[in-house]
Amino acid sequence: MPQLGERQQDRYIRHLVLPGVGKDGLERLRSSSVLIVGAGGLGSPCAFYLAAVGVGRIGLLDSDRVDLSNLNRQILHDTCRLGIPKALSGMETLNRFNPDVRVISIIERIRPENAIKLLTGFDIVLDCTDNFAAKFLLNDACVQCRKPLVHAGVSEYGGQVMTVLPGQGPCYRCVFSEPPPDGAVPLPAEAGILGAVPGVIGTLQATEAIKFLLGLGDLLVGRLLVYDALKMTFREVPISRDPDCAACGGNPNIRLPSASTPE
Amino acid sequence: MRVILNGKERDIPNGLTVDGLLNHLDVRPQRVAVEINRVIVKRDRFAETYVQPGDTIEILQFVGGG
Repeated sequence: MPQLGERQQDRYIRHLVLPGVGKDGLERLRSSSVLIVGAGGLGSPCAFYLAAVGVGRIGLLDSDRVDLSNLNRQILHDTCRLGIPKALSGMETLNRFNPDVRVISIIERIRPENAIKLLTGFDIVLDCTDNFAAKFLLNDACVQCRKPLVHAGVSEYGGQVMTVLPGQGPCYRCVFSEPPPDGAVPLPAEAGILGAVPGVIGTLQATEAIKFLLGLGDLLVGRLLVYDALKMTFREVPISRDPDCAACGGNPNIRLPSASTPE
Repeated sequence: MRVILNGKERDIPNGLTVDGLLNHLDVRPQRVAVEINRVIVKRDRFAETYVQPGDTIEILQFVGGG
């Protein structure tokens, strides 16, 4: 792999001098890959900060198109991109922001049939999806192929984040065993969302991913971090593995088609 | 009786089940997971699990937006 050029060194100088990152860390990040599932409110800060730190390959997965109602929070896109697939709009933004980063735009919806295949080849996955079906599916797929996952969710004035290292700590299903009944929990489309809230939570997800890739600090494994923007509090809830968890327990009963299974 | 609810000490009526506690707090059971003393209470046990004095209870909201 080529050395960091002088131009690149200037871009990364604050990381170059940062204890725990430095030249080795930057090289490590440059040879790493992250899959961001959902290029929306959470995906936007994730994408920006991972590109800024120089992660070598970023997968941006989203099947939606940019809508004006997205722009109170989805800062990866802008008014000129209305109607364009978010994965493409996001790729354009990142290419301009940091041309060092290889961005792979994936215009797909994550489904049980393609989930494992889509995760393959990435070092860590960020759950930036906007619905429960996708959050549970992503958790199950990551557990099944032992892929690190940073789960997050936001609504109204709050959010939560937890890192899942399959085999080492609890998964999303250890907390929430199954999706809530349809319509029981209002999503941001109905309930609203303060735009800065996914900015906070997505930035935490990006921080977790960078720490994981560099082997730095303590990850949010076995800890659900709950953010309340109105009270301006972060509460850390200890979470244990559920031995009966349908995804990661001793006798899991969730099995998704593997990457080699034809769709 | 006194419990620790979402990190804060709080007085709640005696003899409540998890369902009873959620009802007392006006929280819809379908919208949350409940952890007592670091163990998640399974949804089908909400009606038969009693809250004890001194319990550390976490009511965790489903948060689905992105």
